[in-house]
Amino acid sequence: MNSKSHTVSSATDAYSTNDVSVRAELSEIDASIRTASVFFTVSSVLWLLIGSVFAIIAAIKMHHPVFLGGDAWTTFGRMRSAHLNAMALGWGNNVIFAVGLWIMARLCRSPIRHGGLLLIAGLFWNFGLTLGLAGIIFGDMTSVEWLEIPHYATPLLAFSYLLVGVWGIMAFHFRKGAHVYVSQWYILAALFWFPWLYAIAQIMIIWFPARGVVQSVTNWWFAHNVLGLWLTPMALATAYYLIPKVLGRPIYSYYLSVLGFWSLALFYNWAGVHHLIGGPIPVWLISAGIVASVMMVVPVVVVGINHHMSVVGLHRAVWRSPALRFVVFGSISYTLASLVGSSMALRSVNEITHFTHFTVGHAHHGVYAFFTMIMFGGIYYMLPRLLKREWPSATLIRVHFWGSAIGITVMLVALHVVGWLQGVQMKDATIPFLDIVEMTLPWLKARSVSGLFLTVAHIAFAVNIFWMLFAAGSFRAKTAPTLLSKNNGEAFAK
Amino acid sequence: MRNLALLFCGIFFTLAFSFSGLILSSNNILGSLQRTTETLDEEGKLQEGEELFPRVMPGLAKQGKQVYIEMGCMYCHSQQVRRAGFGGDAERGWGPRASVPRDYITQDRVLLGTMRTGPDLMNVGGRPLNADWHHLHLYNPQITSEHSNMPPFAFLYEVQAIEQSPSADALQFPPGSPYAPAEGYEVVPTRKAEALVAYLLSLKLDYSVPEAPIL
Repeated sequence: MNSKSHTVSSATDAYSTNDVSVRAELSEIDASIRTASVFFTVSSVLWLLIGSVFAIIAAIKMHHPVFLGGDAWTTFGRMRSAHLNAMALGWGNNVIFAVGLWIMARLCRSPIRHGGLLLIAGLFWNFGLTLGLAGIIFGDMTSVEWLEIPHYATPLLAFSYLLVGVWGIMAFHFRKGAHVYVSQWYILAALFWFPWLYAIAQIMIIWFPARGVVQSVTNWWFAHNVLGLWLTPMALATAYYLIPKVLGRPIYSYYLSVLGFWSLALFYNWAGVHHLIGGPIPVWLISAGIVASVMMVVPVVVVGINHHMSVVGLHRAVWRSPALRFVVFGSISYTLASLVGSSMALRSVNEITHFTHFTVGHAHHGVYAFFTMIMFGGIYYMLPRLLKREWPSATLIRVHFWGSAIGITVMLVALHVVGWLQGVQMKDATIPFLDIVEMTLPWLKARSVSGLFLTVAHIAFAVNIFWMLFAAGSFRAKTAPTLLSKNNGEAFAK
Repeated sequence: MRNLALLFCGIFFTLAFSFSGLILSSNNILGSLQRTTETLDEEGKLQEGEELFPRVMPGLAKQGKQVYIEMGCMYCHSQQVRRAGFGGDAERGWGPRASVPRDYITQDRVLLGTMRTGPDLMNVGGRPLNADWHHLHLYNPQITSEHSNMPPFAFLYEVQAIEQSPSADALQFPPGSPYAPAEGYEVVPTRKAEALVAYLLSLKLDYSVPEAPIL
């Protein structure tokens, strides 16, 4: 290992130390952000439950169209859009604000100043989003993918985001120590990228619509980058922070971290136009998107190797830690989802998978199996430290993990298989369209079942959190962390 | 990493690169596209006195597009035809030619779509389906398309008692249809349903443009 990677490790080692002064410093930082982070966490979990309800309704309507079919406000187009926005902006952004800002403050070794203003940001965010979802459900939806929220709610979201972004960057500004850790690069970059993407998309599609399909190019530049330049960097930052923290050894290679970060920054933001392959867009634009999508193999493989080598040999410790069990599931999914995504950008594959459930499956592979699982891990690690309490129930954590793992696996298999069949059959014009629809129905039922698994998992998660917050007496006396398997002394990282 | 200037510049320029490469350049190329005649004269100018395409949407259809948008139809129906030989669009009769950027320039909101749970609608107005068919299909898709998983939009219609003689715009159910209203009642479209059907009928890719003639 080279000298620079030792520089990185010294930065992280400082946090897993038993040195009293460092622990006191971290405790002070945690106290400065406790209220805001707990508020964001609770909001994120409530949105997760709300989003699950919309998801189940939309999923059932796909194979049972008369279900809740009597009213305009429960029609499929509105329910699936409410689901997407509740999950992406309600669960996703709140959990990013909770975990991302906390990691940023800790790595900068600097308490958050005026943390109360973050609470105002949180109130605006949740109010704006509630208004936006009501707008979608009651008839003001924009029908622009990932930007369904009507124009009267978005300024509230923008104002709230501005506060959060400024606070994240201020934490960075007041940092101690010369070295900046890889998680900080990702969080800093994402805090800067997201408002740029969001502002341009709002201006060029909603406020001052660009001419014709320029809107569509902007739409997919934005929507794919919400995943690539917002959710992905935040999840990677969390993984990069938690893996060394829990295992007590540094990230495998500094150079791989650098290469992974810069190749992601360079390639991911060109990739979005692959959603328009075959569409009425100049071919060179699409070719640029395909090249970038294929080049995404570089950051994905690099980060995959780096994470794998960092946990290799310590699998028991990974399996025992609630946080790492989720994080490692997410990291493996990152590699798989991204490699599938790169291949989907190839014209010959895209010709089949485009316009089918395959794409829907792929979106859940990225946003759930990768991003969401890692952020679950982030909360499992963060909350005990913020609240100075242990998780009340290991069983509920196990229910959460297995519900999520089994649920998402069933969903991914069902949607990928049916999407492929659908694509192959749509290409063959001798097969009547309605026969294809009928063929998809059993698979769509399997997707609804997977949604039940996920919902049970989310309820277990929520119960554990609220138990921890409000019924603390019964387990406050716990002195050891809540682990998922017995510590037999081997590979014990502390 | 200690070189923060490099970090900041990198973060800025990577996104600036794709923003200019994808967004500004496509705006530059496509932002000035104008309506055109189906063919051009020898000098490459518009043919004088001929109709300009794409057409501007009539008023009722524009209102119908708003219904299409608020119901989220585009989450299951795309509006784009891929070139012959790429996917089955041409063979399925979804359009006589591939759609091109110019076809969308008169639209305030472009609804290309990315999902085909249902068929593409770029040229649905050019298919042999009349307003009666669309109304029945919207009222309950099972009437016209058995086993479809499209949701019913019956809430865009009103069931009312027939006074003296049936209304002119009442839906004509096939004989013995289980979805027909009870004896003495009829189903009539609301204004939203009328507008939506006008919009669907206005979706036509029945014209040539110089860069994409119908062969």
